[in-house]
Amino acid sequence: MRKAILGALGAALLATGAASPAAAALQVFACEPEWAALAHEIGGDKVSIYAATTGVQDPHLIQARPSLISKARTADLTVCTGAELEIGWLPMIVSQSANKKIAPGQRGVFQPTDYVKLLETPASLDRSQGDIHAGGNPHIQSDPRNMLPVGKALADRFAELDPANAATYRARYAAFATNWTAALKKWQTEAAPLRGVSIAVQHRSWVYLENWLGLHRVVALEPKPGVPPSSGYLAQVLEVLKKQPVKMIIRAAYEDERPSEFVGGRAGVPAVMLPYTIGGSDQAKDLHSLYDDTINRMLKALK
Amino acid sequence: MRLGARLAIVAVTALFSIGRPALAAPPQTPPAADLATLQQQLNALRSEYDAKIGNLETRLKAAEDRAAAATAAAPVATAAADAPPPAEGEVVIAEAAPEPMVHTSSANAMNPGISVVLNGNYVATSHDPAGARIAGFPLSADAGPFSRGFSLGESEVTLAASVDPYFAANLTATFGRDDTVSVEEAYVQTTTLPAGFTLKAGRFFSAIGYLNERHAHNWSFIDMPLPYRALLGVQYGDDGVQVRWLAPTPFFLEVGGELYRGDHFPAGNGDRNKPGTETAFVHAGADINDDSSWLAVASYIHADASKRDTGGDIFDGNTDLGILSGVYKWAPGGNPTQRNLTLSGEYFFGRQDGTFNAVPTRRNENGWYAQGVYQFTQRWSAGLRYARLGDVGAPLTLTGSALDGFGHAPSAVTGLLEYDSSEFGRFRVQYTRDMAERRDNDELMLQYTVVYGPHGAHRY
Repeated sequence: MRKAILGALGAALLATGAASPAAAALQVFACEPEWAALAHEIGGDKVSIYAATTGVQDPHLIQARPSLISKARTADLTVCTGAELEIGWLPMIVSQSANKKIAPGQRGVFQPTDYVKLLETPASLDRSQGDIHAGGNPHIQSDPRNMLPVGKALADRFAELDPANAATYRARYAAFATNWTAALKKWQTEAAPLRGVSIAVQHRSWVYLENWLGLHRVVALEPKPGVPPSSGYLAQVLEVLKKQPVKMIIRAAYEDERPSEFVGGRAGVPAVMLPYTIGGSDQAKDLHSLYDDTINRMLKALK
Repeated sequence: MRLGARLAIVAVTALFSIGRPALAAPPQTPPAADLATLQQQLNALRSEYDAKIGNLETRLKAAEDRAAAATAAAPVATAAADAPPPAEGEVVIAEAAPEPMVHTSSANAMNPGISVVLNGNYVATSHDPAGARIAGFPLSADAGPFSRGFSLGESEVTLAASVDPYFAANLTATFGRDDTVSVEEAYVQTTTLPAGFTLKAGRFFSAIGYLNERHAHNWSFIDMPLPYRALLGVQYGDDGVQVRWLAPTPFFLEVGGELYRGDHFPAGNGDRNKPGTETAFVHAGADINDDSSWLAVASYIHADASKRDTGGDIFDGNTDLGILSGVYKWAPGGNPTQRNLTLSGEYFFGRQDGTFNAVPTRRNENGWYAQGVYQFTQRWSAGLRYARLGDVGAPLTLTGSALDGFGHAPSAVTGLLEYDSSEFGRFRVQYTRDMAERRDNDELMLQYTVVYGPHGAHRY
């Protein structure tokens, strides 16, 4: 039996030697669909992208599934939001993947939150405050303006890891930036009626959207981040909404619809599901349609 | 200028000279004789550095401005300033005033992550657990049932950190309710080996089976199923080395093996040059679709026992055990927050060969369990488990010994209800109809478990 064990290990060693290096394309492990899409905009066919989550999954809470570990094993680069959004699962995936390229501190780790100014940085850290993120609110993708600095940094990182295609990445970023700037102008015009509108949110994942569109958040339905509301708490929320009415209650596609539907029903305010990311709704198919759909849904609720 | 300050300048200049030979004073010049020159050199240095720092500051400022511009206001985007100033801020209900900023001093900046697990139990059983056994299986000391009444469970403290760019280390100490401290796990692990290899050395739980590697606070039920208790002494952990290799395949495939000292049941008294326990395992897994995924494990363990003592019974010989494990997980859309299901089962088969209380014995052993835990709404889950061991019988000369099952195949049915206050707090009620002996036993257990501090994510 001892021989069998040694044999198995020997076979493993041989298999490693035989395993050919990955194809020329950069292997990208994107934790969320929006970064997978951005990586595609910049990398085109020079990169091969795996999106670890879908639009209907809560990126805070993902099971460390075997498939994720095998994808991380062969990755050259992880593109994961950071700011502790994935703290509950990504470290386990990375350590089990035994892939030193994507180990903490390596150049194969790209975190979009490193390239934008984070809002809502907590003054103190204690779990009694709920599921707070030490670095600030990580949900930066709800403001499309953030795609520009992140896209630029991602193009630079692609170029660094794959110098042969550096010119392609930079050119693709330039094209994306032109295109995106035009889109931002269009969205700004479309979203003009939302300026100054009061809203309630389910989870505080919309601060960047509020900032972008000039929305005014009156109250959150979660008493603390990640803590589901009790009925008593929702009653208090209703009291607040009586004094400070809102036009809509927004929640992400992956969240439980019941609290926002309940409060919306009682307060006579539409509860609006926003895609949050690509794949969160049928309409949000890519980066452009994500923000198209987000604005459309909010405008519809305003009528 | 006071003498001290002058000396300091001399010292500083001397230091700079080491790094900057161009500025070095001729070594034969006595320092005191040339203070003016030193002063001049120092001034030159200072202005040079001032200029450099000034330059850096300008560049930093420019970079910050660019970053701020990119973040806050892309060309057409609305700067935050355009937004109407909110009449009132967000209404925060019943929350304490903001606390002061957290400052981390450099003295503890490199401290390891410390996480603590506390748990407590209340147990009621229809028969005294003191004499409880599993028919036909000699039990290791820690495989017995929980004691009755209120009891503090094992409190666990884990210290984990990176050692350097190449290793990570982990120490888990447990404090038993009888005021004993033991080292449950203490290992160093490589982090940057090439080609998907990971090496581990120290004391750690074996990667055989599905449940074996899990710490008690992460078990699916309050206790381990019968086959783990009877055949592995609850779970196999020992001092040794481990190698794992993750294949670069599109699905999950990991193979590995371990060599252990051989102190833990079913081995015993590993004080010799060669390892007492060897294991090998293969893990494979993949997604079926967005909702579901699976993991399968095949494991083998060989354990040498020399004068292994289980409650006065002495065993010399070896144990070979194979384990086949299957796990299936389901969550709608891959989002386990609201509802999810985990089904798992393992089949154990093996052979024990040696002398039991000096009587030659050779017998085949087997057992299995199947369990399911279903989270039916956020924070609430229910579980069901059935476990069974084969009736293996004992040689005539050992009739009436711990090996004799009296023709009874031990089994147990367990039901569980769990409430989670968050990812870090858990309350459980568990009822077991225990048929491990000929006399049935009813067990009711209540348990709380809390985890605080930076606690790492759990395995699949």
